[in-house]
Amino acid sequence: MRFIKEPNFNFIKWRWHAIVLSLVIIGAGIATIVARGGLPLGVDFSGGTLVLFEFAQPTPEDAVRNALRNLSGDVVVQQYGQGNSQIMVRVPLPAGAESGATLEEQANLIETAVRTGNLGEVKVISRDLVGPVIGEDLKQKGIWATLTALGGILLYIGFRFRFSFAVGAIAATMHDLLVTVVMLTWFGYDLSLNTIAALLTITGYSVNDTIVVFDRVRENQRLMRKESLETIVNKSVNQTLARTIITAGTTFLAVVALFLLGGEVLRGLSFTLLVGIVTGTYSTVFIAAAIAIILSKRSAPPVTQAQARAKRA
Amino acid sequence: MHKNLRWKILAIVVTTGVAVWAFMPPSEKIKLGLDLKGGVHLVYKVETDEAIKVETETTAEQFNEALKGAGVTVASVRPTGLTEFLVEGVPPANDQQFRQTADQQVSLSFDRDSGPSGGSYVFRMKPNIERNRRTEAVTQAIQTIDRRVNELGVSEPTIAPYGTTGNQIVVQLPGVSDVARAKSLIRSTSQLEIKLVEAGPVSDQQTLLQPYNGQVPPDMEVVPGVSGVAGDTTRLFYLVRRVSAITGRDLRNARPTIDELNLPAVSFTLNSEGVSKFSRVTGENVGRQLAIILDGLVQSAPVIESRISQPEARITGSFTTQEVTDLSLILRSGALPASLTLEEQREVGPSLGADSVRAGVTASLVGLLLVTLFMLVYYKLAGINAFVSIGLNLIILLGFMAYLGAVMTLPGIAGFILTIGMGVDSNVLIFERIREELATNKGARQAVNAGFNRVFITIVDTHVSSLIAAAFLFQFGTGPIRGFATTLFFGLIANVFTAVFVSRTLFEVILSRRPAGSAQQLSI
Repeated sequence: MRFIKEPNFNFIKWRWHAIVLSLVIIGAGIATIVARGGLPLGVDFSGGTLVLFEFAQPTPEDAVRNALRNLSGDVVVQQYGQGNSQIMVRVPLPAGAESGATLEEQANLIETAVRTGNLGEVKVISRDLVGPVIGEDLKQKGIWATLTALGGILLYIGFRFRFSFAVGAIAATMHDLLVTVVMLTWFGYDLSLNTIAALLTITGYSVNDTIVVFDRVRENQRLMRKESLETIVNKSVNQTLARTIITAGTTFLAVVALFLLGGEVLRGLSFTLLVGIVTGTYSTVFIAAAIAIILSKRSAPPVTQAQARAKRA
Repeated sequence: MHKNLRWKILAIVVTTGVAVWAFMPPSEKIKLGLDLKGGVHLVYKVETDEAIKVETETTAEQFNEALKGAGVTVASVRPTGLTEFLVEGVPPANDQQFRQTADQQVSLSFDRDSGPSGGSYVFRMKPNIERNRRTEAVTQAIQTIDRRVNELGVSEPTIAPYGTTGNQIVVQLPGVSDVARAKSLIRSTSQLEIKLVEAGPVSDQQTLLQPYNGQVPPDMEVVPGVSGVAGDTTRLFYLVRRVSAITGRDLRNARPTIDELNLPAVSFTLNSEGVSKFSRVTGENVGRQLAIILDGLVQSAPVIESRISQPEARITGSFTTQEVTDLSLILRSGALPASLTLEEQREVGPSLGADSVRAGVTASLVGLLLVTLFMLVYYKLAGINAFVSIGLNLIILLGFMAYLGAVMTLPGIAGFILTIGMGVDSNVLIFERIREELATNKGARQAVNAGFNRVFITIVDTHVSSLIAAAFLFQFGTGPIRGFATTLFFGLIANVFTAVFVSRTLFEVILSRRPAGSAQQLSI
């Protein structure tokens, strides 16, 4: 079976359109983020208290919100999971808090308010208390993990391919990270440790995808010496198109299973992966190669080390 | 060629066997993280400043005693900061002797400097000593918490240093149900002190201090006490000696008991040093009162009737049964060197954890099923290759996890699903390439060889870059994320083996069954 026989689309022709489309999405997303006063950080990074209640009877959000009306701070009350008996309550770090001691008080206040709110039988099924020190620490770690992972990949690709390709791959990856964060914001998911893990996976996935194309470009450069770089890149994207679509499709299939069946705790993570797979595939076809071509044209040494090595092989 | 193939099959079977052996039975061999098992993860900061402050104060006090012993009378010795104390009014005539005493007593851990005025000296704790004391405080806190948690009967707890600041501790208690009690036990700074009573009990401090012109004498202190009647919260006040006759360090054991009135009480046993101290104090002070102080509150103040030389004693007061059980546990485990501040708490109920495991396993199996169905439809019989290599990949991954004792977390399950994705990717790359090679009218054998050879480099490149990401994720990640990085990392390594070696061997097996030359047909 085959989806497309001998694909021969002119992807490179559309490169500027693609770049503009991506910039528009990222720009609009950043505008939203700025308008909302920053990234939607979950308690993992901002610090605060998150309590998950399970009620014996189905309980509407408003009833819980009403029970918590006397609590100070920006209280978030949200339905959790598919059933309507689990409710998540989240309160940010009180201003000026220096330690988790105040968080414990806060968690106790929330629980007492819910228990005495005439909402029937209720039990706490999970509790997250994150003090400011830990929140800041996790934030630093998240940023470092992302930057060093990107740096490591850049070095590796720079070593294996010509430098402009490494820049193209990193640009594509950055693109995927930004688009995914924008989508998380638009669809109301908070950045948590889980979503950061998913974002870093996307980094690996996106680069993975890009390398497959670049590998093909490198191979074709040996076979089609007389062709222009555009033609070679376009041909390589087409040659690997079936693989790109099938891989993305099957991984997407597996992650959809996770998204639908993996439970509420993994929803943020699987959503991030879903978005990442789509944008990763898109960026592989339209962004990575396009930027590599644009950069190669500006400053392309005729034969790079990688090519020289390839020639010898 | 044929013999070669047999060896390859053997290698695959052995690898699979070892992996299966490593993780069987999975319920015992695969360690679950707190997010799947349920339990609580706590991060505490040890307030090491307190330990440093105590060190400075004690040193100052002991130095003062030593000076008295050496016949040097100074105006005052008092702490002026966390790590320094000031000695004022050293008589010029005794300066030489003062320095000598200082060198003997405190020069090991404090640097001496001349103070702001004549005849005064400043002592500052040496930086390396300060560092050591802080580290010791954290280590001691870990040991104390460890003892307390063990007595609580939690299975496989983790108590370890945490983070990079050097003063944080992580405590993980899997499957613990009463988190509030566990927390209060861990943090309790309850300390037992027994001090001689100088005056009291009276209901207000003024009466207590009247004979001293309203001033607390330097070697004494005022301590509030309970009334001894259950439910009564009014406080009585005692004037006691500052220096304890007995402290928690003199205890050998403590256990819950009941007193003459059948009320819960804590009985404790002194160690030999404690017995001799107690015997001396009680012998010298017959007829006076001894205050039994717990957490800065006098619980009772019995009158000494005669010298007490036996090691057993009892704390009575208005306690509940639960309180005496916990109190004995805390006294037995020794005191914390400094108080703890909670910085992070993550608590997952056992039902939520079990739900997550069920959902994760279901999602993985459904994912694998969907992917396999697709591969069978799209690549026909070669789809079986993909299924075998992905299935083996998961088995080897489980084997790695069990062998390394790696912890399986919720994001770890996501890592499994991604491993399925990576496995598919490698297979698709190879299959597509084989199709391409077949399209150029190559024979099946050459097409398979060319497909694997060409794609190998790509697979190495993609896997190395993903391994780099996974390694950094592990390096900087915490708890659940590390679980994710671990599965991803070993999933990638297993994938190189299964997608390249196993899948190729399977193709070779199929091809070797056909007579050479007629092998144009390949179900792909």
